[in-house]
Amino acid sequence: MSAKTWREIPIGGDVVDAGNAVEYKTGSWRTFKPVWYPERCIHCLFCWLYCPEPAILVEDGKVVGIDYDFCKGCGICVKECPDKAHALELVREK
Amino acid sequence: MGKVMALTGNEAVAEAMRQINPDVVAAYPITPQTELMHKFAEYHADGLVNTELVLVESEHSALSAVVGASAAGARAMTATSANGLALMWEIVYITASLRLPVVMAVVNRALSGPINIHCDHSDAMGCRDSGWLQLYSENSQEAYDNTIMAVRIAEHPDVLLPVMVTLDGFILSHTMERIDVLEDHEVRDFVGEYKPRRALLDVEHPFTVGPLDLTDYYFEHKRQQMEGMAHAEAVVEAVSREFGERFGRHYDTVEEYQLEDAEVAIVAMGSTAGTSKEVVDELRQAGEKVGLLKIRMFRPFPYDRIRNALRGKKAVAVLDRAVAFGSYGGPVYTDVRATFYGVSDAPVLVNYIYGLGGRDITPAHIRTAFDQLKSIARTGRVETLVGFLGLRD
Ligand code: SF4
Ligand code: SF4
Repeated sequence: MSAKTWREIPIGGDVVDAGNAVEYKTGSWRTFKPVWYPERCIHCLFCWLYCPEPAILVEDGKVVGIDYDFCKGCGICVKECPDKAHALELVREK
Repeated sequence: MGKVMALTGNEAVAEAMRQINPDVVAAYPITPQTELMHKFAEYHADGLVNTELVLVESEHSALSAVVGASAAGARAMTATSANGLALMWEIVYITASLRLPVVMAVVNRALSGPINIHCDHSDAMGCRDSGWLQLYSENSQEAYDNTIMAVRIAEHPDVLLPVMVTLDGFILSHTMERIDVLEDHEVRDFVGEYKPRRALLDVEHPFTVGPLDLTDYYFEHKRQQMEGMAHAEAVVEAVSREFGERFGRHYDTVEEYQLEDAEVAIVAMGSTAGTSKEVVDELRQAGEKVGLLKIRMFRPFPYDRIRNALRGKKAVAVLDRAVAFGSYGGPVYTDVRATFYGVSDAPVLVNYIYGLGGRDITPAHIRTAFDQLKSIARTGRVETLVGFLGLRD
């Protein structure tokens, strides 16, 4: 999202476009990142449920990956992934 | 057209509010404002307004309720004084930042402490930099008229900033005056129907109010507020002109009284402008070239108007009913001085602090100020740059 001048934005800080969070790439916040191991995943979707961003990508009821544009590295998915599956690991961002 | 009524300043503003018939009013009592809302609540109880009257538990809540109502799309008003205004502080800034065209009467009273309920301008002066427009009233007629004009000014698309209408506590708020009251339909016609630029209750056009605004956009939003302020002066002029054309009472951002050929002049705001006019008349009758500049609009400060009105005078005294502790002089004085930086025909500018905590300011005090000005004009010598009127010294 390119920063706009004071002449171009709505006054008063009003946010007028619905769903504009998509333009805000929270991925830039990351110091740790979750790595997903598809072979260990049981597709319980706990990670998708708990992730505070739209970062767990799901197709037809199955996890297909992580959207690193939005994953901010909070580690909640890693914490929620069942121990017996252990399909997510948190590694330091390089 | 209209009728003549005997009203106190508080009643006059309440009467204006009844005629404006705002969508939402929040009320919390504080001396000397209490009777204003008391009167309005009476109108509400009698079914004379359609207003949603919100009785809150503090002034912080009063202005918060008004902010919420205004963001929802309502024409919203409140009133306060002194410590009540101080308790609103956080929300005072938020109202202006969110660009909500709220109108609030401030019945001027000294800020504590020691505690004092009488008039000075320390309350309103505390928010001179908050992004609200400030209109000072010389008398209750003007407080009534200012309240009506303020609605139009605040809601003007070039401005969209809140407006404070001030009137001197007790001196105006509790003193009965002859007031020319307009017809209800004239007021309703003048203020018109409120069309908010955005309304939270407009579910077809959802938006977010007051989001987190960090290093990326806060600066730009402040710049926009400055722009609203920059446009306000012309809007105040235009709305005042229209009011004058329609109702025959003429106002401007400043009023020049016997000023054109005056050699020395006083600058005053609020009810003291009225007292000063009496003294000017008296001295004029004695053949002295004295005048008055009344500042009606203190924010935005009408720099050009003030410079043009006072340049070439020999000596000018600025009267301040507030102290700006640690500053060069009173708040009005420092602004007037700034107006003349680098101006070649600037007058000698002196300052008088007066009337703190409701201390009387009499014609004799104002004559004293004119005496000093005349002496400066004669000798070119300034004895005291920042002096006092009515202080036991
Ligand atoms: S680390 Fe946080 S943001 Fe990233 S995918 Fe996991 S839960 Fe979502
Ligand atoms: S929580 Fe773990 S096992 Fe469950 S879907 Fe997510 S990655 Fe797969």
